[in-house]
Amino acid sequence: MVSLNSSSNNPEGTPAKAAPSRTLNDVVIRLAGNSQDGIQAVGGFLARLAGRSAQEVMTYMTIPSTISGGPSIFQVRMGTGDILSAGDRADVLVAFYQHSYESHRAALRPGGILLYDSDHVQPNPDDKEVTAVGVPMTSATVEAVGGSSKEKGKNIYVLGLLARMFDLNVPKLTTLIKERFGGKNEDIVRNALLAFDAGYAYPSENLRNCLYRLDQPAPAPDARPQVTTDGNTALTYGLITAGVRYGAGYPITPWSSIMETLRTELPKYGGIFVQCEDEIAAVSTALGFSYAGNLAITGSSGPGLSLKAEALGWAVMAEIPLIVVNVQRGGPSTGLPTNIEQSDLMQAIYGSHGDAPRVVLAPKTVEDCYYTAIEAAKIAREFSTLVIILTDQALATRIEAFDEPDLPKLMIEAKPDLSPRDASFKPYPLDGMTRHAPPGSVMGSGKYPTVSGLEHDELGHPTANPALHSKMTAKRREKVKAVAATYPAPEVFGDQTGDLLLVGWGCTYGPIHEAVERLQASGLKVGHVHVRHIHPLNPGLEAIFARYKQIRVIEINDEGLYGYGQLATLLRARYCNPAIGSITKTDGLTFRVSEIVELVAKNLGISSIKTGARKFSVLAGPDRQ
Amino acid sequence: MSAPSTAPATSAPRAPLNKKVLAADHPTWCPGCGDFAVLAAFYKVLEKLNYPQEKIVTFAGIGCSSRFPYFVNSHGGHYIHGRSLPFAAGISLGRDDLHVFAFGGDGDGFSIGGNHLVHTARKNPRMTYVIMDNSVYGLTKKQTSPTSPLGFKSKTDPWGAFDQPINPMRTLINSGATFVARSHATQVNHMVEMMYRAAQHDGFSVVEILSECVEFFEGAFDAANPRKGGAFTMIEEKKHDGTPEDAQRHDPTDELAAFQLALEAWPGKFGVYYENKKRPTKNALEAKLIANTREKTKNASDLDLLQKTFARMR
Repeated sequence: MVSLNSSSNNPEGTPAKAAPSRTLNDVVIRLAGNSQDGIQAVGGFLARLAGRSAQEVMTYMTIPSTISGGPSIFQVRMGTGDILSAGDRADVLVAFYQHSYESHRAALRPGGILLYDSDHVQPNPDDKEVTAVGVPMTSATVEAVGGSSKEKGKNIYVLGLLARMFDLNVPKLTTLIKERFGGKNEDIVRNALLAFDAGYAYPSENLRNCLYRLDQPAPAPDARPQVTTDGNTALTYGLITAGVRYGAGYPITPWSSIMETLRTELPKYGGIFVQCEDEIAAVSTALGFSYAGNLAITGSSGPGLSLKAEALGWAVMAEIPLIVVNVQRGGPSTGLPTNIEQSDLMQAIYGSHGDAPRVVLAPKTVEDCYYTAIEAAKIAREFSTLVIILTDQALATRIEAFDEPDLPKLMIEAKPDLSPRDASFKPYPLDGMTRHAPPGSVMGSGKYPTVSGLEHDELGHPTANPALHSKMTAKRREKVKAVAATYPAPEVFGDQTGDLLLVGWGCTYGPIHEAVERLQASGLKVGHVHVRHIHPLNPGLEAIFARYKQIRVIEINDEGLYGYGQLATLLRARYCNPAIGSITKTDGLTFRVSEIVELVAKNLGISSIKTGARKFSVLAGPDRQ
Repeated sequence: MSAPSTAPATSAPRAPLNKKVLAADHPTWCPGCGDFAVLAAFYKVLEKLNYPQEKIVTFAGIGCSSRFPYFVNSHGGHYIHGRSLPFAAGISLGRDDLHVFAFGGDGDGFSIGGNHLVHTARKNPRMTYVIMDNSVYGLTKKQTSPTSPLGFKSKTDPWGAFDQPINPMRTLINSGATFVARSHATQVNHMVEMMYRAAQHDGFSVVEILSECVEFFEGAFDAANPRKGGAFTMIEEKKHDGTPEDAQRHDPTDELAAFQLALEAWPGKFGVYYENKKRPTKNALEAKLIANTREKTKNASDLDLLQKTFARMR
């Protein structure tokens, strides 16, 4: 399909040369540089542009764990139709440095475009597999913004180049640039726009006429506007939507951005977020807020959750509601602080001492981070329980576009229940749900309750009575079991019955979804269910599992001593279903679609499955598609 | 803005607090334990303060003295070892209408909870902390505590302790606590006065009370007990009356003088070491932050604020 490059978006003075361009419905762009080059900003602009154009978008980034500097990438995939993964390989590689080129050349599809900074990069001249386009990004930026020796702005110059190559909507992009830098001084906005225009005006002949345009879907008339953000931000505003106004935390990557946002946002809503001296103080302060009648949030990443574990046991025993977010990273110990791993599942479910049942939820997408936060708050309040939200580094940092939430319908106004309690009030009734009476509530009996970490009777008095410990343990267990009744039925994507069911949780939702389509293309009947309710499990799973010959649980953690990943171990123990197998990996990276397809084929001993990934870039000529 | 609570706006007239109303479970302490006297003194303090009963909160960590909340008929809780301060700070910050008291021992406060003591002092939440110091681990049956004196023979130091003990007054003043006092469980009136003043202090107030463990460290504080031949020496506070003797009296607002007092030889003096009425509480600072932030948003509703935020993500 060929269309003429529209000239309507061209800024004044740029050559409106009618070069031929091809329309694409999906493109993957990888920006590779160092962490201080602002490539995340460029990726963010592209993602938000896609969101504003009713396109789908998915991003993926890596950041070094160093304080400043170090190689970093940002990959953005945008287009029409379902975009569920950030793309296995890129159609365009923007290489800022020689090391960026060398490390990421292999990630570029044959027929793709290598767009490199000719001031820094010397590509292999014998490489004819891709179209190499050299642009003096550094010197051209310096020239454009007025001869300053600083390289600042070359990211925006590259954004201009990409806007030219893909005929992106310039007015929308310049608005985004103004919004982003508008709060700073005018020089910054002016320099950014100068850099952008210079990149956009780069002669297309020099771009070897690599000109394309992205298919623009007509937005549905009744569609909600799209918002574009990352998982940590979505989760934070989910908590605020749910009426959570108090919290406490301690800095740790990649959880910190949630606490930073809550610290600056909550005062606007009349709330308080406390930065504490350590993880234990943070969970304790949050429990203090909850005890006083305002459901609170604390959070951390793996090692921090371990530090909070004793207090979580208390929360279970005293039945004080609390939301704890764990943004997982690679472990154990300091491990891989900026990488991806799903290895805290067992810690989230069982991490404490004694029998300490709690609810564990795991969002599957950025959008789901928002709704999971709301669900967590609802469950915590309704069941007076600890709820852990298990998210991960990939969900935390990647950017997705999704429908703007219907806030008037979703907003929850929560207030402490300080109504007087009548004389029959029991803090821990054996025949009913615990309903914590926060301080300030007058006790009709004249007896004021002491919430306790000691085993207690119905009135909260400490007791080591054997029968009571059994009854109270059962009470706490049954309460958490009852949460499962609130779950919606699990959704199965793909074949509803058949040869193979792929089971995932967390950030792998998109790649597993796409893997299902490729496996189906090979003639298998394949379904996919994503487990959002980790503990208790969704009661609907058992019947779904029974409809498939084989079940493979796909997760980013180790197979352990007995050959099964953490969720697979749990599912096998729960359902005693020998069809449940496990596919795991521990390289600290998200699953690629082709990786899942290959591992599934290998695991099932099928040699005929093609991975289904397109070999050539969509940018290559039609003869190579 | 957060919604107001569902508490009734007016409450019925109520009877004044007394020991009968305030007593809850019978204490589990050993006969002769100093903590009985601290509890009795605390009832008297509450009687004097006469707060609405439902607004009083007592919290504690783990240890003999940390059983305290079970024995006071108020809202309260028994938390984990050493962490009662950040928990109590959460109660205080989240609910400015409450009167929050935390209790604990020397192990809970100076050892496992040492980090929290320093940082709670630094943050200065509006609450009172009473430390019953017996200089030994009693609940676990006689191990060396952070305030056990050099040479103290315990199950973990049968040859006599040789780790330098903590000096509680010095530690508290140094950490920035805004009210620091010391008392003795045999001196009921003095305890009442110290806890009463601490409760009325606007900030993080701490009273350390030497409270003897008759089971595992008998006679630990005899040096300050006149009935056992010791001397209970009280701090004479400045009266600002211009008399020559007033120059010799202690000025509790003088941090350096307080520090010097803390360095006096055992058993030292009793009374208010340090009092800082100028430093704002964290409660006040957070409230100010909220007020300023709300003003900037022109007191927008929660829904308006959130809708604006999402509009910026479009």
